[in-house]
Amino acid sequence: MTNVTKLTAAELSELLTDRSVSSVEVTRAHLDHIAAIDTDVHAFLHVARDAALATAARIDARRAAGDELGPLAGIPIAIKDVLATLDMPSTAGSKILEGWIPPYDATVVKRVRDAGLIPLGKTNMDEFAMGSSTEFSAYGPTHNPWDFDRIPGGSGGGSAAAVSSFQAPLALGSDTGGSIRQPAAVTGSVGVKPTYGGVSRYGSIALASSLDQVGPVTRTVLDAALLHDVIGGHDPLDSTSLTDSWPSMAAAARAGLADGALKGVRVGVIKELNGDGFQAGVSQRFTETLALLSAAGAEIVEVSAPNFEYAIAAYYLILPAEASSNLARFDSVRFGIRVNPDEGPLTSERVMAATRDAGFGPEVKRRIILGTYALSAGYYDAYYGSAQKVRTLIQRDFEAAFTKVDVLVSPSAPTTAFKFGEKMSDPMAMYLNDVTTIPANLAGVPGMSLPMGLAPEDGLPVGLQIMAPAKQDARLYQVGAAIEAMLEASWGHTLLSQAPELAPNDMFTSTEGAV
Amino acid sequence: MSEITAEQVAHLANLARIDLSAEEIDRLTTELGQIVDSVAKVAEVATPDVPATSHPMPLTNVFRADVVVPSLTVEQALSGAPDRDGDKFRVPAILDEE
Repeated sequence: MTNVTKLTAAELSELLTDRSVSSVEVTRAHLDHIAAIDTDVHAFLHVARDAALATAARIDARRAAGDELGPLAGIPIAIKDVLATLDMPSTAGSKILEGWIPPYDATVVKRVRDAGLIPLGKTNMDEFAMGSSTEFSAYGPTHNPWDFDRIPGGSGGGSAAAVSSFQAPLALGSDTGGSIRQPAAVTGSVGVKPTYGGVSRYGSIALASSLDQVGPVTRTVLDAALLHDVIGGHDPLDSTSLTDSWPSMAAAARAGLADGALKGVRVGVIKELNGDGFQAGVSQRFTETLALLSAAGAEIVEVSAPNFEYAIAAYYLILPAEASSNLARFDSVRFGIRVNPDEGPLTSERVMAATRDAGFGPEVKRRIILGTYALSAGYYDAYYGSAQKVRTLIQRDFEAAFTKVDVLVSPSAPTTAFKFGEKMSDPMAMYLNDVTTIPANLAGVPGMSLPMGLAPEDGLPVGLQIMAPAKQDARLYQVGAAIEAMLEASWGHTLLSQAPELAPNDMFTSTEGAV
Repeated sequence: MSEITAEQVAHLANLARIDLSAEEIDRLTTELGQIVDSVAKVAEVATPDVPATSHPMPLTNVFRADVVVPSLTVEQALSGAPDRDGDKFRVPAILDEE
């Protein structure tokens, strides 16, 4: 029998629909693979083995009874720990929420359940999504399946590592400054940040509310589109959710697989997002991809986005400011841990301060203090106010570019996966890693990362970022699927087929609970 | 150059309700100075004629009908609390003894 963990969600969908495999078989295969390799990868903070198998059995029974089921019914999915789940702990990678089981599901989780997908567990992340490497998870880092000594990207390194090591065909992520796209780039997988407001954030533990967006993490563009169709659309529980009706992203991805789909597509190359500071092999694969695009009939146009230079500075003012406000909710009263001070009177304020000292890690403290500073009297206009103006300028850069081109492209990240510890002592070095992904968050436009090869110097995955105008997510899927097909045809295989086979660890940890 | 002092960081930590150690305050004073110097470049292009953008997709007046919808039960709302007293969250003293 085929190894079902190697199949895409679209392929599994066909096998489940014609009943050549059952959801229980598919789910068990993934759970066994998690048990075999995740002690080494550490993509999961929690695995819900028994619940997943029970849900899978219910889906099989419904299918046997002739119920009408959606295309992804019976397919396993991993859920980033930033999303609230009724039946699993939701910690956002922080000690302050250790063991917290929310009294509600995030809307995207509810939609995934309603569509019959099988939640396998919760994936690791930098604490409160602050980081680009998972090194800031309070529960230890996730290892890149391509090289265990390297980071899987962040904050959503757990979700990206889970799909790229075949522990799940699908995962959910969240992207505030690149937390879906950068992990996809460094693990050779696919990740999409939808248009701001295109997917509900209700039940997503808030980092920076004007930037956060939930989206799909997968191994193929079509799978991302299928998952986007399940989670997207208006949610009255999220007042920033757009009321637009959306076309089928899966239909758009399938249209992209047709012959000649790239003919006449105007592809803008952002001058500022390449060159200095970009690893040689990243730039090389990007240049080669542009040549292939040109040969496929796309029109390559160089565009300039002069204000992107200020994006990181604006982002690291806006994000900490909003985070310092959002994280004020961790007050040791309503949820999470409570820690009493070592000495002195036990007042609410002092208990709150002791709890936040014990419960927050170094990056969270750094950003809360920075945000508190940026918002404080006397500095507000110079910092937060100016950053919001930069945001306008970046939106204008996008608007000007999109009058000339249909999509914009750049490398998804300036380098391949770096080694653990490389950027831990220098916060600004870690922040600069987000140079390519941050502009899309500041402007609210959708962005996708898909693999465009291995860097010759280190053999590690390189990602291509595609961006489209706001609300044109379908265009992203159409062009993305076309580029993916073009690249795979040029290689003769998928990128992930080149990833090392991971050996099972000595001791299987197949019990319910944390791994 | 920004002039961030240890006193300032201690004050910010107090505002943010985080009981930082002296070592943490020292380290953050240096790091914050570097980060603030770096992000201050936003002022180079943030001229008075540029309007500010607070949200990428501007929405105004998102209303819903004023009707009761399902919400958490008391038991659900209290389920994650570190301490409770019957149907209420139990908290330490709000006021200091002094």
